[in-house]
Amino acid sequence: MTDTTNMMAKELLGFYQEELYEEARRAKKEGKLVCWSASVAPSELCVTMDIAMIYPETHAAGIGARKGALDMLEVADEKGYNLDTCSYARVNLGYMELLKEEALTGKTPEKLEKTPAARIPLPDLLITCNNICNTLLKWYENLAVELNIPLIIIDVPFNHTMPIPQYAKDYIAEQFKDAITQLEEICGKKFDYDKFLKVQEQTQRSVAQWNRVASLSSHKPSPLNCFDLFNYMALIVCARSKDYAEITFKKFADELEENLKNGIYAFKGSEQKRVTWEGIAVWPHLGHTFKGLKNLGNIMTGSAYPGLWNLSYTPGDMSSMAEAYTRIYINTCLDNKVKVLSDIISGGKCDGVVYHQNRSCKLMSFLNVETADMLQKENGLPYVSFDGDQTDPRNFAPAQFDTRVQALDEMMKQKEGVSNE
Amino acid sequence: MSRIESIISELSSISNNPKKAMEDYKKETGKGSVGVMPYYAPEEIIHAAGFLPVGIWGGQKSISKARAYLPPFACSIMQSVMEMQLEGVYDDLEAVLFPVPCDTLKCLSQKWKGTSPVIVFTHPQNRKLEAANKFLAEEYRLVREKLEKILSVQISDEALNNSIEIYNENRKVMREFTDIAANYPNIIDPIKRHAIIKARFFMEKSKHTAMVKELNSELIALPVEAFTGKKVVLTGIMAEPNEVLDILKDNGFAVVADDLAQESRLFRNDVPSGTDPLYRLAKWWQEFDGCSLAVDTKKSRGPMLMDMVKVYKADAVVVCMMKFCDPEEFDYPIYYRQFEEAGIKSLFIEIDLETTSFEQTKTRVQSFSEML
Ligand code: SF4
Ligand code: SF4
Repeated sequence: MTDTTNMMAKELLGFYQEELYEEARRAKKEGKLVCWSASVAPSELCVTMDIAMIYPETHAAGIGARKGALDMLEVADEKGYNLDTCSYARVNLGYMELLKEEALTGKTPEKLEKTPAARIPLPDLLITCNNICNTLLKWYENLAVELNIPLIIIDVPFNHTMPIPQYAKDYIAEQFKDAITQLEEICGKKFDYDKFLKVQEQTQRSVAQWNRVASLSSHKPSPLNCFDLFNYMALIVCARSKDYAEITFKKFADELEENLKNGIYAFKGSEQKRVTWEGIAVWPHLGHTFKGLKNLGNIMTGSAYPGLWNLSYTPGDMSSMAEAYTRIYINTCLDNKVKVLSDIISGGKCDGVVYHQNRSCKLMSFLNVETADMLQKENGLPYVSFDGDQTDPRNFAPAQFDTRVQALDEMMKQKEGVSNE
Repeated sequence: MSRIESIISELSSISNNPKKAMEDYKKETGKGSVGVMPYYAPEEIIHAAGFLPVGIWGGQKSISKARAYLPPFACSIMQSVMEMQLEGVYDDLEAVLFPVPCDTLKCLSQKWKGTSPVIVFTHPQNRKLEAANKFLAEEYRLVREKLEKILSVQISDEALNNSIEIYNENRKVMREFTDIAANYPNIIDPIKRHAIIKARFFMEKSKHTAMVKELNSELIALPVEAFTGKKVVLTGIMAEPNEVLDILKDNGFAVVADDLAQESRLFRNDVPSGTDPLYRLAKWWQEFDGCSLAVDTKKSRGPMLMDMVKVYKADAVVVCMMKFCDPEEFDYPIYYRQFEEAGIKSLFIEIDLETTSFEQTKTRVQSFSEML
C-alpha cells in the first residue's frame, strides 16, 4: 500500500486516478466484473456490489487532452459513425472496437498500442443515465449490442416543469430497485443494503468536499481557478462513492484555504477580471484556452459544469437520491437553467461569461443564445461565445477563441467599476 | 378522372396545403387546430377535444432567420421548423404539443418563437418497466389538463376512448394501404404514397380513414401489376422533399414498405385495449419498437428492417438520413453492419430540407440502381 498521508492534492489526484484504472485492470484479470458507466449515472449501485468502474467520458477526455483523439475518431468513422455525433461517444466507441479486435485476434492493434491514455479493460456490463443527455442512451445501446452485454438504464425524464414532480421521482426510484434486481442477477449475489447505505454516506461526504472546493472561487481574489476543477472533476466522476474523492477534495480545499489565509491566490500577479465558463472544457486545447484567458489577466471563477456532481441527498431515501440525479441543471427547463447559472455567476463574482458552442454536444449548445440573452437582461454582464468541441480537436480554432475572449476582455474593462459584487 | 385518381388528388392537395385544411375544419366545426411536434405525441387527446391535430414537420425552406437561434449543426427539420416559427407560420394554432425524445427537441421545447402556448411532455425511456407506463400516463394527464384549460373544453375518458378507436381504425387501414400499395407501384408511386400518408396530419382521422378505405378497395379490385423496377424499404425520419421521391421514381424504384417516423412508425402498432385511456396511450409507447427515439437495449431495428426486406421481397433498404440527426446517426452503424453480415443492400441518402440541388442524390440513386 502506498502511503498517501503526505501527498499534496495534486499528487492524490494523479495517484487515485491511476489506482482506479489499475483496480479495473486487476478486476478483469481476476475474472471479476467491470462496468462502464455514464459520468452522472448513480455509482452507488455498482460500488455496493464491488464492481470495478470505468467512466468512458472521463477516459475519452483523457485521450483528448493527451492529443490521442484523432486515432479513435478515425476508427469510429470507419464504423460509420457520423462526424456530427458526440466526440466522447466516438472516441469511446472507437476505443471499444480496438479492444474488441484485440480480444478476438489476440493481437493489439497499433492504434491501441500507441494511444496515450490509460489502458482500460472491456466491460462486462454497462450503466447509463440520461441526466446530462439522451446521447448517452444511444451510445450505450450501441456498446451493449456490439459487446452483447447487459445494459442498466436509469432514465431521468427531462424536467420541463419545475419543481420536480413526485411521480417522476417515483419512476426513477422504481428504476433503482429494478437496477438492483438486475445487478443481483448479473453478480449472482444479494444486494447488501447496509453497505449501500454506507456507500451513499460516502458519496455524500465526497460531494460535500467537492462543493467545499467549488465554493472557494467566491473569494476575491480567488485562491481557485475553476480550470482546476476540470482536472479534479475526474475524481468526482470516477470515485465519488469511494473515499478517494473525499480525501483528495478535502486536501485540496485545505490547501486552498491555507493559501487564502496566506494571501496566495490562483492568479499570480493580480487577477483582473473574473469569468464564468459555460460548457465542457476543450480538452485537446485546454492549455490554449487557459492561457488565452490568463494572458489577459482573467481568471475563471464560475463554472456550472462541475455542479453537475452536486449530488446531495439523504442516504437511505431513494426518492431523495432520485431527485439528486434528475435535478441537474441541463435536465431542467430554461428558466431553471438560467437561475442556476445566474447563481454561479454571482457566486463567482464574475464580470462576464464565455459560452462554449460545442459542436459535439447539442444539448449544451442549442439553448446558449436564449440563456445568454436572459442572463444579460438580468445581470447586464457582457458575454461571448466560441466554437469548440470537447474532444474532436478539429472543431476548435485557436484564433477565433483568442479574438472572442479579447472582445470579452474589452467589454468587461469598459464596464470597469460595475462588476457584479 | 377515375375514383382512384380523384381520391389521390384530393389527399395530395390536402397534404400540400395544411393551411386550407385548417380553415376548412374551422368553417365546418367552428373549432381550431392544435399543432403536434414530432414524435409520438398522443394526438388522440386533441381529437377527443374536438380540435384538429396538425402535424408539424417543417418544410422545404432556405434558412435565414433561424440562424440567429440555432447553430448550423442542428438537424435540418428543426432548422426549418424554427424558420417557420419565426415567420409566424404556426401562429394560428391554439396550442402546440411538444414531446422531447432527443436532445435537440429538449432544447427546442424551451424556445418556441411563435405565439401559441406550448405543452411539453417527456416520454420515459426505460420503457419496458411498468413504472414507465405510470409515469407517462401521469404526463398525459397533465397534457390533458393543460389542453382543457387552453381550449376551454372538457375531455372525458369516454371521448378519449372513442378517439383511440378512431385512431386505431385509421392505423389499421393505413397498414392495409401500405401493403396494398406495394402491389400497385405504377398507380401508387413513391410521391403519391407519401402524400396519401401525409394527409393524415391535416385531416380529422375518420375522414382520412374513409377515403383511404375506399382507395384500398378500388385498388384491390384491379389486377396486381407486373413491376419491373426495384423494390425498396425506406428507413429514417422522413423522405422529403418530393424531389427525393421523384428521383427514386425516375430510377424505377417502388417503395414497398417504410420505417419512417413520419409514416409507418406512427401506425405500425395499435393503441392496446383497456379502460383507462391515458394508460392505454402510455402503453402504446411501451410496446413500440424499432425507432431511434424509443430506447431499446436490444436494438431490434436492424432485425426488424431485415424482416421487412424479406416479407416485402425488397431489393434494398434506402436510408433516408436526416442531416444532423444524432439519434438516427447512432443507429446507422449497427444496422449497417447487420445488413452487411446478412448481405442486404442499402443506400444512404441525406435528407436536407434546405437544399435545392439534388444532383448528388441523383447520382447516388442512379449508380445504386445499376448495382442492384
Ligand atoms: S458531450 Fe454532450 S452529448 Fe456528449 S456525452 Fe456529454 S452531454 Fe452527452
Ligand atoms: S430526432 Fe433527429 S431529426 Fe428529429 S428533432 Fe431529433 S435530431 Fe432532429
